[in-house]
Amino acid sequence: MNIRFIIQRLILALFVVLGVTVVVFMIIQLVPGDPARVSLGQQATEENLRARRERLGLDRPLYEQYVSWVSNAIQGDLGKSLITNQPIGPQIMDRLPTTLQLAGLALLIGMAIAFPLGIISALRPGTLIDTVAMFVSQLGVAVPDFWMSILLVLLFSTTLDWLPPSGYTPITENFREWLDHMILPAMTAGFISASIQTRFIRSAMLETLRQNYVTTARAKGLRERVVIIQHSLRNAMITIVTILGLQMTALLSAVVVIEIVFALPGLGSLTLDAVDARDYPLIQATVLVMAVLVTLINLGVDIIYFLIDPRIAQKEY
Amino acid sequence: MTMSLSDQASPAPGLLAEASGRFVRHRLGMLGALIIGILILVALFGPTLAPYEPDKMHFMSPFSEPTSEFLLGTDDFGRDILSRIMYGARVSLQVGFISVGIAATVGTGLGMIAGYTRRRAIDEAIMRSMDVLLAFPTILLAIAVIAILGKGVTNAMIAIGVVYTPIFARIARGEVLSVKNEEYVQAARALGATDGAILIRHILPNILPPIIVETSLSLSFAILAEAALSFFGLGTQAPDPSWGLMLSESRKFFNNSIWMGIFPGMAIMLTVMGFNFLGDGLRDALDPRMKNVR
Repeated sequence: MNIRFIIQRLILALFVVLGVTVVVFMIIQLVPGDPARVSLGQQATEENLRARRERLGLDRPLYEQYVSWVSNAIQGDLGKSLITNQPIGPQIMDRLPTTLQLAGLALLIGMAIAFPLGIISALRPGTLIDTVAMFVSQLGVAVPDFWMSILLVLLFSTTLDWLPPSGYTPITENFREWLDHMILPAMTAGFISASIQTRFIRSAMLETLRQNYVTTARAKGLRERVVIIQHSLRNAMITIVTILGLQMTALLSAVVVIEIVFALPGLGSLTLDAVDARDYPLIQATVLVMAVLVTLINLGVDIIYFLIDPRIAQKEY
Repeated sequence: MTMSLSDQASPAPGLLAEASGRFVRHRLGMLGALIIGILILVALFGPTLAPYEPDKMHFMSPFSEPTSEFLLGTDDFGRDILSRIMYGARVSLQVGFISVGIAATVGTGLGMIAGYTRRRAIDEAIMRSMDVLLAFPTILLAIAVIAILGKGVTNAMIAIGVVYTPIFARIARGEVLSVKNEEYVQAARALGATDGAILIRHILPNILPPIIVETSLSLSFAILAEAALSFFGLGTQAPDPSWGLMLSESRKFFNNSIWMGIFPGMAIMLTVMGFNFLGDGLRDALDPRMKNVR
């Protein structure tokens, strides 16, 4: 049963990835008019247009273009940039770590805020701390991430002069400088992520705290800390893991935006540059990599979800 | 006593009154309704209410701090920020309503077909396509759609509409599955109603509450997405007033003219909070089972 569940999830993920490749491949096909002319501009000569069409593979039948694009992508060949003529694969590999590091750091910050706040709110519903936590959480969901980035730069960089306003140092070069550059973007994404997580952790905890097994645990005379951590939180984790998984998609979306505002060299800023330059192969590559990443994360969450609660497989399949 | 099938399918008036009562007692929901109500009035009557034309440049007063003449200050061109925010409300609401309208119509339609059809292949084809769209980080999918269609506010609406379609499809499908074997649907079928008539006249009214709730919540995300796209220069184009674009323009001057960025940001935040509160209130009023789900 265990292996069957995991195989079913793997097949589903494979189908999603296949669908993602079709959608991403269609980006260039759906450009109204002639993508070659759109990318080169109205002044382009017929000769240049022909060369660009050939370069983009538009002179071949659609299925042939797709098969060739996908088989190249599977082998790590994502084509060449129309602007720099450089292979795209290494550019993506260069940018991906920044995006992942930012997302990871933001998730950690988000969890560090959300877990204590969500649990305390659930333990004391209706009190001042609960009301404040829920208000801050509503605020975090409503605040535009790019606006919060600017406000944090104004406070921590311009006014207090504690942190650099933008720029980037790779983690391998200097950890301290890397952290200095990453902390503001990660705080922005982390705060927004914490706002959503807090609400879910609170409601998941409230739900488990009402269960009979928690009453029994208390009646047995177990210490409150044991009741909360081992009985209530452990069962609430099923909901929380699902939310963390869904959060990763939302978090990656926020990271794309925040990277651009802080001029961090990640996939988000690479995508925006590519859209500005109408560099279609680069747009396709960045979107493809991010979507595959999300699918892999969702697959990972499904498997963790199942490991935490094997009943899931029984219920669904 | 005779009763037509459509009468049977509509929610009883007592239930509506009960839901309205629950909504009126929901303090945050009422606050949300108040915020959105004011915003709609501002959007409708902006040209009458705004102190100045949004593009009028007061050459003698660039970077003016908030004063009695310019309540929220002016920007680098001397344009009145309050007037631009009031006109910007139009853009934000228009983008929000149209994009979520697209998502709700297409998504609910697809979800209803997927949930109602007896052919598993159709259900699978629709829902797996929705899964594929959900695999893209939302803003990235919107940017990709704009990369195809080009920059501009109309394309931003389509992009945001595409992004939120799968959410409505999932909700609608789930709801149809839960009601499609109810007696009133079987009765309609027995009386010879076509599938289309059953879906629209009998099932749709019964699955509307969660769709209405999702519409309100999605409006808040759509307004944030429009602001982000305009902030990056992909949505509303200058000189049209859009809150995201105003924030983008304020960045260069943020250190010395903080009001240029503070007020448009607050406008976005208040609007998003308004729709979220309204959505929470509607959810608790229309479908108390959904409380704490989202």
